[in-house]
Formats: sequence, C-alpha cells, structure tokens
Amino acid sequence: MALQRSLPADRAARGPRRGVDVRDVLARYGTLIALVLLVVVAAALSPRFLTTVNLMNVLRQTSIVGVLGIGMTFVMLTAGIDLSVGAILAVSAVLLGGTLERTGNIWLALAVAPAAGMVVGLVNGLGVTWGRVQPFVMTLGMLGIARSLAFLYTGGEPIPILDMGFLRLGIGYVAGVPVPSVVFLLLLAAAALVLRYTPFGRYVYAIGSNEEAARLSGINVGLYKILVYVLSGATAAIAAILYGAQFAAAPAIAGEGYELDAIAAVVVGGTSLFGGQGGVIGTFLGALIIGILSNILNLTGVSPFAQPLAKGALIIAAVWIVGRGQRA
Amino acid sequence: MDAAQPVLEVRGVTRRFPGVTALDGVDFSLRAGEVHALLGENGAGKSTLIKILGGAVRKEAGEILLDGRPVDFHAPAEALAAGIAVIYQELVLCPHLTVAENVLMGHLPRAGGVAVNWRTAKARVAELFRSLGATVPLDVPVGRLSTAQQQMVEIAKALSRDSRVLVLDEPSAALGQRDLEHLFAVVRRLRERGVAIVYISHRLEEVFEIADRVTVLKDGRLVGSWPIAEVDMGRLVRAMTGRDLGAVPGGSAAPDAPVRLELRNLGRRGAFSGVSLRLRAGDVVGIAGLVGSGRTEVLRAVFGADVPDAGEVLVDGRAVRFRSPGQARRRGLGLLPEDRKSQGLLLNRALRENVSLASLARFTRLGVLGLGREDRAVRELMRELRIVARGPGQQVVSLSGGNQQKVVLARWLARRCGILLIDEPTRGVDVGAKEEIYRLIHDLASGGAAVLVVSSELKELFALCPRILVMREGRLAGDFTGATLREEDVVAAMLLGGTDDGTATLAAG
Repeated sequence: MALQRSLPADRAARGPRRGVDVRDVLARYGTLIALVLLVVVAAALSPRFLTTVNLMNVLRQTSIVGVLGIGMTFVMLTAGIDLSVGAILAVSAVLLGGTLERTGNIWLALAVAPAAGMVVGLVNGLGVTWGRVQPFVMTLGMLGIARSLAFLYTGGEPIPILDMGFLRLGIGYVAGVPVPSVVFLLLLAAAALVLRYTPFGRYVYAIGSNEEAARLSGINVGLYKILVYVLSGATAAIAAILYGAQFAAAPAIAGEGYELDAIAAVVVGGTSLFGGQGGVIGTFLGALIIGILSNILNLTGVSPFAQPLAKGALIIAAVWIVGRGQRA
Repeated sequence: MDAAQPVLEVRGVTRRFPGVTALDGVDFSLRAGEVHALLGENGAGKSTLIKILGGAVRKEAGEILLDGRPVDFHAPAEALAAGIAVIYQELVLCPHLTVAENVLMGHLPRAGGVAVNWRTAKARVAELFRSLGATVPLDVPVGRLSTAQQQMVEIAKALSRDSRVLVLDEPSAALGQRDLEHLFAVVRRLRERGVAIVYISHRLEEVFEIADRVTVLKDGRLVGSWPIAEVDMGRLVRAMTGRDLGAVPGGSAAPDAPVRLELRNLGRRGAFSGVSLRLRAGDVVGIAGLVGSGRTEVLRAVFGADVPDAGEVLVDGRAVRFRSPGQARRRGLGLLPEDRKSQGLLLNRALRENVSLASLARFTRLGVLGLGREDRAVRELMRELRIVARGPGQQVVSLSGGNQQKVVLARWLARRCGILLIDEPTRGVDVGAKEEIYRLIHDLASGGAAVLVVSSELKELFALCPRILVMREGRLAGDFTGATLREEDVVAAMLLGGTDDGTATLAAG
C-alpha cells in the first residue's frame, strides 16, 4: 500500500507488481512479524512462557488496556486523541463500586458505569467539536477533572467490592479463556466489523484522512467526532468494570497512566497518529506485544525499574519500523 | 527616465515543465528608474519569468544580463546578493518576529561581535521607512500588521540589501484603495531613486496609473513591449487574449427545461453580494473572475459550505437554506472543490472509499455496508469515466491528477447528483484528461444535469460553457452568451468591471 505512494502514476496504473517488496510487507504485517519474533524470543528466554497458564495470564492482563485501546483506536483514526481514558476508568469504577456498595444491585452497577463513561466522553466530544478545543488539550483537561471527581467521590478511600457474583467477572473462565479476555475479544470483533462494514466506520477513516473533504462530501463531521469520544468513554467504562472485578476494589487512582499504555498499543499496532490509517486488529496485536514484553521481563526477573525503559524502547522501535515501510 | 543601458536584460529565456513550455524564448529589458508592468493571463509565463529572475527557478536556455554581465542564479540568495529582490504575492515574513528583526533578518548589526545592537538596528530600520515615506511600528510582531504594512516591511527588507531591481508580484491583489495609493507613492519614490521595478497586476487601470512601460506575455511567449503612452486598454486586452475563439460548445438547455437552481440576490458579507442566476437542466454555465472576485465563495455558499447571509437559493423552485454541505447533498447538489488534494480527496484511502463516500446509504442495508454492491458500482464508474488505476483498492495518492479529478467527479455521479458545482474542473490535469473531463461534463448536461463551472482558465470556460458570467470584486460584472460571448469582452469585464468595449468603468474600483 504505502509503497505505491512513491510510484509515478503511469507505473502505478500498469498492473499488479511481481515479487516481494520488503517495505510493503513491513507496512502491512510489521506488527504481526514483531509479535511472532517476540514470542520466539520469549519462548527461548523462559520455559514458562509457552505454558497455557502463563499465556492466559498475559491475555487477561492485556484485556483492560486492550479494551481502552479499542475506543482509543476510533478516536485516533479521526486524527484525535483521548488522554482522559484512564481517568474515565476511575470515575466509572468508583461509581460502579459505590452503586454496588449502596444498592447491592449488580445490574444497576453495570448500567451506571457505562453511562458515566459515555457522559464524560460526550463532554469531550462537545468540547472538541462545538468548543473547537484541540483533542489533546480537551482530554488533557478532562484527565484532571475526571480523576479529581473520582477522588472527591471516594474521599480518598478505595471502595472495596465484595459481591461474589460480580467478582466472578474477574476470575471466571469461559471455555478456558478468562472472562475479561472474552469481553475484550468480543468487543474487538465488534469494533473490527463496525470499522469495515458500516458507514460509520468509513466516516471515521474519512474524517481522519481529510476532514475538510469529508465535510464537503456532506458528512456530518461534528456528529461522528462526538460519537468516537462517546465510544471511547464507553470502552473506558467497560475497562472499569473489568478492573473492579479483577482487583475487587475501586480506588480513585484506578487506571492511572493507562491512557499511555492504550495509546502505545494503538501506535505499536500501526494506527497513524495523523488519522485515517490503521485499525483495531493492529491495536490487538500492539496490546499483545506490550503485554508479552512485560510478561517476559517479569519471568526473567528483570528489575521493575528497568521495565518502562524496555517498553519505551520497544514502542519507539516498533513505530520506527512500521514508519520505514509507510514512508517509502 | 533615461534611455541608458538597461539594468537587466533577458534574452531568449526558455523554461519547460513536464507537459508545458512555461517560457519560450522570451526577451525582456528593464531600465533603472522605470516601472515596467508585466501582463498576461494565468499561465502566460509571468510567474516563471519572475521566479527565474529571483533565482527560485532555473532557466534552460537564453541569457540574463545584469549591468551587461551574464548571470545565472542557482538560489534566491544569489539573486538577492546580486541586487534583485522579488516580493511574491504570498509574503514570506516571520510572523512572530518584530518588524525590525524581519527587515534586518540575516544581517543584524552586532555589538562586540555577538550580541545584537538593537539601538543601531532600530535606527537603521526607522531610517529605511522614513525614506519610503511609510509609517510602520517597529516593535510589533509582523503577524499583527495589516497586509499593506507587511508589504512595506518586505519592501524595506529588499531595500536594506540595496536591491536595484524590485519585482512586485500582484502587490495590489490584497490591498484596498487607500493602501494602494500609499503603495504607489512608495513605488514612485523608489523610481526617483533609480530602482528598477517590475510590476505585475491584473488590474489594467493600475498599470496605466503607475507604469512607464508594459510587456505582455501569452502562452509563454512575448507578445510585445511598449511605452505606456503608445497603448490603450483595448489593445492590451487584445494582446493578452490574442486569437479569436473557435466554435461555441454545447451545454445549452432547451429554453423550456426546468430550472434546477436559482440564486436571487445571494450574498455573504465580505465575500460577494447581489448574485442572481438561473440554471436549467442541461445548462453548463461558467463563472469567470480573478482570484478573490468571489467566484469560489458563491459555489461554497450555494452548497452550504459557508452560510450566505442575504438573498435566497431555490432548488427545483423551492427555497432552501443549507446550513451544511450534508443538507445540500440531500437535495441533489454536489461540489467539486477548488483544491482536490486538500478539500476533495482522502489521499491515503482507497479509490473505492473515495468514490462511494457521499453515497454509502445506497449500498447499506439494515446498517450493513454491502461491499459487493459497492465494488460493482465503483468498477462501473471507473469504466464509465475511464479512470486508470490498478483497481478499486488503489490509494488515490498514487493516481495522476486527471484520474484524481475523475475520482471526485465519480463521487457525485455515484449519487446521480443532478446539480453539480465544479470549481476548477481541470487544475493540474494533463491535456488528454482535460478533454475527457470536458466530455464527461457535457454528457452529464445532455443527460439532464445542471452544471455551474468556476475556472481561472478562460480557455476552459470557453471550451465548456455556452454562457459565461463574470464576477469582479464580489459582484456579477457581465453575462455573455451566444453572439456577445467574446474573450475580449469577458477579460475586460474581469479586469475593469464594464462591458462597453474595454474602455472602462474606472470608477467601479
């Protein structure tokens, strides 16, 4: 794909090219190749890596950031960014915990969390469209606001979650797969289908590729931009549910810094920061790469202080390699 | 003005670009202390010539003599060092730096070798402006100045380097009447100081007011060069437009065809006003006008891309008020914007997505996009419009200009859009594809579409439209059709605003 950019039109129009082009392959499958390489290296480094228990653990640990990454992918495809997802997770989590604590009604709690997330996302979307505040600034501000609201709600004390029915969401399995991962994979499949098979998906790409062209083609750009932020708020709230079920608590610091992990997963997955290119399958692979890296660092006993270093280097390397292919 | 040896002499300069010869053996001479107007239609070669003089483009053949010595500039800096300063239409100042900093950029006076001596710097700049008779605040960031003041800064910058040749590329395009008089005063002072000035403008009345000599280019060739006293407006217009035109094209609606689009006194503050027209099914109507005449703004306002604040738009006889392009689209309008790359195409997306973008509803059942249905429709349009590409999956960025333009056209044909607003149908499109796009537009019209075309190429409007409206300074300044459709008259209306054989409505400005 990316290679075509450098070809003169007449050559580009001539027909399919023969042979394999390294850059083309990298641009298309770079993330997948990186994942496979990482798995090979990890298996060589630790005999415990390729056990079912360990792999399921990786998948479980990837799920929360992965779910955040789904909404983030939509936002970033429109050339926006959502820095507030970690804070939205916290707001949704404490409201979920508070509702459970007060009413004991799981279904009510499961409704309150997404509602809260979507409301915050709606405010983000309105700020970006009506308010014309840049997405970076709008969601950076919201990061502070939402986090603060979570602290004000809890008064600083984590809300314990004791409802066993609810906690089963965190520890249960479906056909051998942890429930959070099932949720993640189902959402992922739905998101991939939406991007490919609905007009909404097309508009998301169109807006990110060229917002003015989308507008002049009669697309209600403002509406769809609002929708992607609402969607990001919704996935952040679903991540909050998984968080509460996994940690049996809803502290106001829940999800702190997760926005960066989610953005890293999206970017490592090959979605362009400038919008219009990429997708959720890439984000899935990106989240797995980051999850496996953490896992192997733990298994081999690397100091926790050195782990962010390794992750940071990986992110830069991954984007650099994918960028090589795309730039042509 | 003395008739001494010219400061600058251009002999037989030629420059080709892929597909066009921008300059073909052009001669041009410039004397110290004269204002020399350079005229020509868009594409006549004026820009190429001044870019060669300014070192931004290289000549391929011919020679340039500066004070009798041959020169060949490889970069703008070399031209500047030799004493030639070109002030392009797009000013190139640093908006966050002050006036003084901009003027002395690159040669600020130093105190003790390192630190800038600001007192000397400011005094020097103040003196420059005094000698120009201009008042511009020196400590203000340039970005906060008016266009006219910024122009003065550019001129001062040129003088600070002792330029002897000053090229002004359409300096008046963005100026009001008072600023213009001020500019003229400065130009006259410079002339008295012996600076040689090349003055480019589309407004003929200005040329008669300020120039001593005039040179006309057309299609990259020299038409002639005369002292201003020896020519009149009519002669200049004829020199610029040249030949008579061939057969009038099709694209006329039957007189009883239904009116698809009607504008009644449409206006938008600061852009245009009092625009009325009717477009019937089968019509191809052109709008001519200079850049900034409001032609593009009219199309955008009709389409709801900007919201008009006066008059009304009627679609199929019913009044409409489009507040967004989406609403216009629903009523069967389509717009091909002026700049297809920045406003029309999703460059990094597939051809398929670009074509179907405005008509996804057609391919959607129960919320699901039918990729097969879409693919068939896109392939069909590719055949119909003869879009050359590897397939619907190719990224449009790698298509040629002509094919890209066809993609944007296909987007509206996919909706079977009946009222098309086309801004610059073939900008940057090669000759062969141009003909095809013209044919497509005519086919659409004979199929019952109503088409409104804006173009800065008159040749194009004459090839496409049996009726041409002229806009000037935000108003309709002419309406030509059938026997009255002559290029000279259209150009006169564009430049002067009147239609009475090139003589004038000088007061109109």
